[in-house]
Amino acid sequence: MSEVLLSAKGLRLAFGGVKAADGIDLDVRHGEFLAIIGPNGAGKTTFINMATGYLRPQAGRIEFEGRPILGLSPRAIVKRGIGRSFQLPQLFSEHTVLENAALAIAARRGIWSPLAPLLRPRWRDEAMDLLDRFGLRPVAEARADALNEGARKLADIAMAVALEPSLLLMDEPTSGVAAAEKMAIVETLVRVLRSTGVTAVFVEHDMDVVARFADRVAVWSQGRIAALGPPGEVLTDPKVRREVIGIAADA
Amino acid sequence: MRRESLLAALGAIGLVACAWAVPWLKFVLTIALAKGIAVLGILLLLRAGQVSFGHSMFLALGAYTVAFLAPSENEVLLLLPAAALIATGVGLVLGLFLVRYRDIFFGMLNLAFAMVLYSLLEKLYSLTKGTDGIRVAALSFAGTEPERGTQEWIVFGIALGLAILFGLLVRSYLASPMGRALAGIKTRETRLEFMGVPARRVLLFAYVLSALMGGVGGALIAMTTRHVTPQIAYWTSSGELIFIGILGGAGSALGPFLGATAFELVRVYAAAAVAEAWQMILGAVLLLVILFAPGGVWGLLSRRWRA
Repeated sequence: MSEVLLSAKGLRLAFGGVKAADGIDLDVRHGEFLAIIGPNGAGKTTFINMATGYLRPQAGRIEFEGRPILGLSPRAIVKRGIGRSFQLPQLFSEHTVLENAALAIAARRGIWSPLAPLLRPRWRDEAMDLLDRFGLRPVAEARADALNEGARKLADIAMAVALEPSLLLMDEPTSGVAAAEKMAIVETLVRVLRSTGVTAVFVEHDMDVVARFADRVAVWSQGRIAALGPPGEVLTDPKVRREVIGIAADA
Repeated sequence: MRRESLLAALGAIGLVACAWAVPWLKFVLTIALAKGIAVLGILLLLRAGQVSFGHSMFLALGAYTVAFLAPSENEVLLLLPAAALIATGVGLVLGLFLVRYRDIFFGMLNLAFAMVLYSLLEKLYSLTKGTDGIRVAALSFAGTEPERGTQEWIVFGIALGLAILFGLLVRSYLASPMGRALAGIKTRETRLEFMGVPARRVLLFAYVLSALMGGVGGALIAMTTRHVTPQIAYWTSSGELIFIGILGGAGSALGPFLGATAFELVRVYAAAAVAEAWQMILGAVLLLVILFAPGGVWGLLSRRWRA
């Protein structure tokens, strides 16, 4: 098996005069936790949107497990093994947390059974196990729109994990979460993802989270990767500290 | 769930008792059951956050299938599946196009198709007899042709049986992964796609099922009224189905039948009491429901149970 799981080469995408991607080259390695940092508007979410088929780059190519995925729909890309979570959690707000989890499990197993209940015993147990791993069992019967932001973020990621992806792209998994909760949430995430062997790419603004949990850091700046390497090197680079982290801290 | 089943059983017994005690009500209640079946389809689409302003086209397809076929084949047990098949087929063809659209575009495109059908039914006089409509030939039931009173009871019984069958079917469907995904279209369609679930196909299944129920409802109406006119495809008929859906409430498969029964009874009694102003009374009822009981009759009942 190749060491590289996802490979992006020469990705370019402009919205009018704004270059959201201006020649992105990035290899994501099997099993790593890669953090993407950078100021707002640098093109971090655009990269996730391109890698998951939501946006199509104007130039460049993306390969996943050695096969091109450019031009595939988000659905097809999910089936290849790339999951994603969202900056604003995309939960089914009128469903309970348990139903959200069970629906994600059903999506993996096949939803085309119009008469068998969603919460059939096996799927219910599997959904409960999933919620257990994310510490969400106590809110399993609550409606998704009644959760606090931290629980919403975890539920959002749990739904992506339910699809059993090889690669999970997380867009700001801790944004909007109270500072006191942030570390606990990331610890939960990392524990679950490490235990399932999922490779993770996450966009993050909190440098403490990045320093503690990332294996490598990619610094985004104006649609380009300004620096890439272990957090110990990248986060201490004076240029990165001055031009990126300073801006990111202000954002 | 148990209370819902109990209410359904009591409702079915109540309908039979009313039809037996007040014979002329049998006609009204059969129409109510037929419309209730069609409104089950509206309920499915409402679950996905979509409103069809042209759903009466499927009623019309079912009704005209009966009217066209009855002279050559008058067996009810064949006419009903034929009506369902035609409506389902047309629903599938139109649905493949319509499920690409959402909200007002979905609603208005349905209306457009319904109005095209209405115009065809009205203008193709040699085929449809225009606004004069077609009188439905005498029907046979399992090979027999009973007298009129017995026929009315049979159609009433079939309507009641199908209402129970479709009610159970829709209840199971809404609790299934497909039904829960259908409700997901209303709140987070993007998420469905990122779970690998084709939202359009989920909506298409619901749309085709709603077309099938519309066709069956229309066939039952034709078998009850024994006279079919283009009015059944007119936009006001579609509005009536939505009215019934809101009146009954979208929270349960019982809602459409509660709504349809209430609607038909209010209409009959309002028309008898104030012949010139019955529509005003219906309008006032709808306003009251929207303002004070947004969950419809079903919402009122279930709120009382929870209290």
